Amino acid sequence: MTVKGEWPLYEVFVRSKRGLNHVHVGSLHAPDDELALRHARDVYTRRNEGVSIWVVRSEAITASSPDEKDPLFAPSGDKVYRHPTFYDIPADVPHI
Amino acid sequence: MSQVADRETAELETVFEQTIADNDRIEPRDWMPEDYRRTLVRQIAQHAHSEIIGMQPEGTWITRAPSLRRKAILLAKVQDEAGHGLYLYSACETLGVSREELTGLLLAGKQKYSSIFNYPALSYADVGTIGWLVDGAAICNQVPLCRTSYGPYGRAMIRICKEESFHQRQGYELLLTMMRGSEEQRAMVQESVDRLWWPTLMMFGPPDSDSANTERSMAWGIKRHTNDELRQRFVDMTVPQAERLGVTLPDPKLAWNEETGRYDFGQPDWEEFWRVVKGAGPCNRERLAHRQSAYDEGAWVREAALAFAASERSES
Repeated sequence: MTVKGEWPLYEVFVRSKRGLNHVHVGSLHAPDDELALRHARDVYTRRNEGVSIWVVRSEAITASSPDEKDPLFAPSGDKVYRHPTFYDIPADVPHI
Repeated sequence: MSQVADRETAELETVFEQTIADNDRIEPRDWMPEDYRRTLVRQIAQHAHSEIIGMQPEGTWITRAPSLRRKAILLAKVQDEAGHGLYLYSACETLGVSREELTGLLLAGKQKYSSIFNYPALSYADVGTIGWLVDGAAICNQVPLCRTSYGPYGRAMIRICKEESFHQRQGYELLLTMMRGSEEQRAMVQESVDRLWWPTLMMFGPPDSDSANTERSMAWGIKRHTNDELRQRFVDMTVPQAERLGVTLPDPKLAWNEETGRYDFGQPDWEEFWRVVKGAGPCNRERLAHRQSAYDEGAWVREAALAFAASERSES
């Protein structure tokens, strides 16, 4: 939600080191993308917590709703055959 | 219609209560009782304001710290306090309040900050004592909050706790250095501890018997320990540190209790506490006036940055 005269809200994602995903760390206000990055550096990486930062306007994020009556995640609930433990493999079969 | 709505609310409430009972976290888009939301906004905002106002007492010593090393440390520490305030404001905003609103409530005196920051930092030794005692007390308060039931608050606390240890250690090291110095320096440390000990104990809030919010906050998993429990824990941790430092804590009732395995200690002047909370502390007016002027003097920067962003957008 943007209040008139208030800098818009950005969500901040930090990659803590090479080989790892960017992870959401919090949010901040900034007047534009460039300054959002600079503020994110000062607020969220004062002690080498990151090697890369993403910022995105909060209003640009579309999120699933946890309150939905028919939950978005239900389709994955009844498909046990998607998991490796669903399959019986004899104990003497190697490397599987 | 209202019966259906009531039943729906009851269902949502059950899910909420179950989440709390399972020691799981509540996240921003979950349904939550209005009182839970209000309590969190009050507590997180109070916490955020404390970090921001807390920059003032120590900030005055940045230019006067005795060496470049001490200046750099103090500057980094005060910058951290700003960062902590921002983590917390960001957590608070997930509850649907805006930053402007929170700043406005602070400046209007409608939201509080920790009473400790209404005391002045009169000597350079106070920089050490604030780090050791005030940040030490803050750590006692904050470590259990890493497990608080509201996700964004807990995550902000984890970041803060990681950084807070530097604050306490730099303070203790500063005092150790002064204690190894001249007679005059040792006296400065003792005077500072005498002055700040009781206000530090007040940081945990009123005794459990007078704490209006504790019981409900504990039931909701917002708070994990009572004020008195945390105060006791702090005293037990601090006494051996004071002994090692060579200072006397100004409490004639302070004594090791063989039976409980903890220290017995006296109570702060709670009337003073309530006076300070209600606005009559030594620096209340100065702190808010300074925050107001920083806000006013920064207005042109905020507006100019917005105008620049708008002109960049219209060019592209």
